[in-house]
Amino acid sequence: MRVIVVGCGKVGTSIASQLSQEGCNVTVIDKNPLHVVRVSDTCDVLGIEGDGSSYKTLEEAGVQEADLVIAVTDSDEKNLLCCLIAKKGGHAATIARVRNPAYSREAAFFRENFDLAMAVNPEMAVAAEIARVVRFPSAISIEIFAKGHVELLTFRLASDSILIGKTLYYIHSHLHCDVLVLLVRRGTQVTVPSGSFVLEGGDILSVVYRQGDEVGFFRKIGIETNPVKTVMIVGGGKITYYLARRLLKEKMTVKIIEQDQARCDELAEYLHGNVDIIHGDGTDEELLMEEGIANVDGFVALTGLDELNVILSLFAKSKNPKVKLVTKITRIGFSDVIDSLDLGTIVNPKDITADYVVHYSRSLHASLDSNMEALYKLADGQAEVMEFHVKQTSRVTGRELQKMKLKKNILIGKIYRNGSSFTPSGPDTIEVGDSVVLVAKTEDKITDLEDILEG
Amino acid sequence: MNYGIVAYILGWILKIEGVMLLLPGVIGLGFGEKEALWFFISAAISFAVGVLLSFRKPRSRKIYAREGFVTVALAWLVMSLVGALPFTLSGEIPSYLDAVFETVSGFTTTGSSILREVESLAHCTLFWRSFTHWVGGMGIFVFMIAVIPLLGGSTFNLMKAESPGPVVGKFVPKVRNTAVILYGIYLGITVLLFLLLAFFGMPVFDAICHTFGTVGTGGFSVKNDSYQSYAPILQNITTVFMIGCGINFQLYFYILARKFRLAFGMSEVRAYLGIILVSAAVITLNIRGVFDTLEETIRHAFFQVGTIITTTGYMSADFDLWPSLSKTILVILMICGACAGSTGGGMKISRIVILLKTMKREMDSIIHPRHVRKIRFDKTPVADETVRNTNVYIAIYCAIFAASVLLISVDNFDFTTNFTSVAATLNNIGPGLNAVGPTKNFADFSVFSKCVLIFDMLAGRLELFPMLLLLTPKSWKRY
Repeated sequence: MRVIVVGCGKVGTSIASQLSQEGCNVTVIDKNPLHVVRVSDTCDVLGIEGDGSSYKTLEEAGVQEADLVIAVTDSDEKNLLCCLIAKKGGHAATIARVRNPAYSREAAFFRENFDLAMAVNPEMAVAAEIARVVRFPSAISIEIFAKGHVELLTFRLASDSILIGKTLYYIHSHLHCDVLVLLVRRGTQVTVPSGSFVLEGGDILSVVYRQGDEVGFFRKIGIETNPVKTVMIVGGGKITYYLARRLLKEKMTVKIIEQDQARCDELAEYLHGNVDIIHGDGTDEELLMEEGIANVDGFVALTGLDELNVILSLFAKSKNPKVKLVTKITRIGFSDVIDSLDLGTIVNPKDITADYVVHYSRSLHASLDSNMEALYKLADGQAEVMEFHVKQTSRVTGRELQKMKLKKNILIGKIYRNGSSFTPSGPDTIEVGDSVVLVAKTEDKITDLEDILEG
Repeated sequence: MNYGIVAYILGWILKIEGVMLLLPGVIGLGFGEKEALWFFISAAISFAVGVLLSFRKPRSRKIYAREGFVTVALAWLVMSLVGALPFTLSGEIPSYLDAVFETVSGFTTTGSSILREVESLAHCTLFWRSFTHWVGGMGIFVFMIAVIPLLGGSTFNLMKAESPGPVVGKFVPKVRNTAVILYGIYLGITVLLFLLLAFFGMPVFDAICHTFGTVGTGGFSVKNDSYQSYAPILQNITTVFMIGCGINFQLYFYILARKFRLAFGMSEVRAYLGIILVSAAVITLNIRGVFDTLEETIRHAFFQVGTIITTTGYMSADFDLWPSLSKTILVILMICGACAGSTGGGMKISRIVILLKTMKREMDSIIHPRHVRKIRFDKTPVADETVRNTNVYIAIYCAIFAASVLLISVDNFDFTTNFTSVAATLNNIGPGLNAVGPTKNFADFSVFSKCVLIFDMLAGRLELFPMLLLLTPKSWKRY
């Protein structure tokens, strides 16, 4: 796949290097020749110096043949312009980073009228990530399939879980939950399990379920899904705004501490519900104690200074050992040292943005010559969860699953049909119009739904 | 310095060389020559050492600029030392130092020889001599990157250290694909030239060897009188291909990619062709009367200009006997060299162009002290770093040149011989003037001078910096 990345900042570099390693032909564009040289020397990519929003530069980078153009310069307008030019000058899918909240609210309009495949908003992405952590602290990751009707959740099984020593049948037969385990990772071993697979403590499970079904399941196996009721946020930037909106929607109580009076006013204007906006210095110990840092369920450090965030998190932990911590660190260096501190979940806006884009590119890459809708890699890329949209009759449609001979290590997780999803069993069939979510080992190289058949 | 990765890559280079040494062995078997045995033995030695060195995969696969430069320089040295083995073992070149000189001359596509007489050599020896040109022309690392997918992205630092020119670029995003494209073009030109030469009546074995020598811009011939006795049509074909291989290969890539506007807009290539035309025209005027017909005069003028500017080193006439003006033009062309990104050597046209433009800028800045101006090349501004690098390159070039002339002058040859023998080796050309003229050779130099010239050849082929870094203790420190 041919990809053009415009802008070689942290995000651009990270995207270019990951995509190049995955086999894409990547060309990067940046105005600063030093950045271009640095990236093209360290990653296996072609560097072009120039303005990414000029047609001439894009043409030089081969926009006519490109499959994907990713604009991640520091200017929203330039990113949008770049995508617009790329769209008119070629046939590539385009992704723009758009971070201004004013534009973000119009994301849908942009997507439609600018023909953008995706508009990434780093702050919004970070907020979503933090909200997920706060909502479900034990989850390692959550992915959505079939337009959000099917979720894939990865979590670690605690050593005192009631599932230890039980087979997977047990989930169905005794817990009566419609949750299917697609993949089990034990150490470096990755298994697509059968029903008789026996679970052990420390296993990392990836499960699919219809959205909403997970609540009962996690309650029955003793994992609290929603323990955080009150959240304190220090710093009132864009991420705080998006995060507060999400948390309020989930009926949590939010307290925001912000130094700047004008910003407090703004937040108070935009946010309503169960939220307290405190005008004050977040580094003031007295103030934090007064606002109840010792009794809060979740504490999120979102100031503009990495060092300050670290100190705030450590302070919160010292006053309140049971608190769920989230610390924002923008520049990740010395990660070993940071990991050795007890800072809870560390979020890095740049990494998250890069991951978002890379995920999208992967599924675009996978779907380029096939009817694959989405692709998600699990367990360091050893296994893949794919979503196929069945467009026409083929060897797999209209036949009962139990009568087809499927390859080993393939498990069909969910079938989405007419607005609802179900876990298929033996007598079920795949029909035209369905979306099928399945897991396979990466080494099997499934690129089409028919590939799941043996021989 | 990451010693592990250096040893690992050296191992791979030796393994590749081991496989390459089988080729002359097979040719020797075909001709029923006993020397073939020694090629097989050398191949086995090379392969065995290679396997030993690359047995352990290094923990860190990163190749930084410093590892890149040192590895490339070291590999070229080791490759030459191993490549010289069959010459000495088979007794065809009894002195090992002479054999190394010959091999270095081969790999660096110089074509300077210490052999007084080549026609009595075994076919396999002649083949290996010419084959080293072909390998050295495009570069062994480019070959390695193209065929062996072992190191991923950081191989670009290897390619940078080996490829000629002030700026080394990629045609396509992946280093490996770029290397494959380069070798694809190279192979295509090679096959085409061989077919043409064979079709127009050159004996097949001669055609193979001369094809290698021409496309690699090397210059080893299988005849004592080089190209003098071949038919005019063969000389003309060779002229065209020599000049063609002195062109930046980017041009061929553009043509293949159907970007004709870019291809014909390359200012370096235009300057290069312009220099060739003007030089040949002046020489034609200057040597009228030496040959019988005008056709002959033009043919020899173009052949000599082509062979010298592309740093090949064949000859179709003994230009040492030509008038002084012609000889001086040829010596200047020696230093000037071919295009960047070609198989030719020398200082490279693009550097000369940048240098001339820098001179003009400096003069402008005396007239208008506050003048702000960028040097442009192919209509785009050249980075200040490239300009600085080019200036330093030329300074180092002059320093090495002067030092070499000084060092070899202890052999007490005349100045022209000393000057042109350094010019011929440092620019990877082959023949010089006077005692090292086109019909003479380098056999009479002392051991010390030969070592100096070997260094010059390697430094010239690898564009100075790798060889200098190899000798700098700092680059061998662990941190």
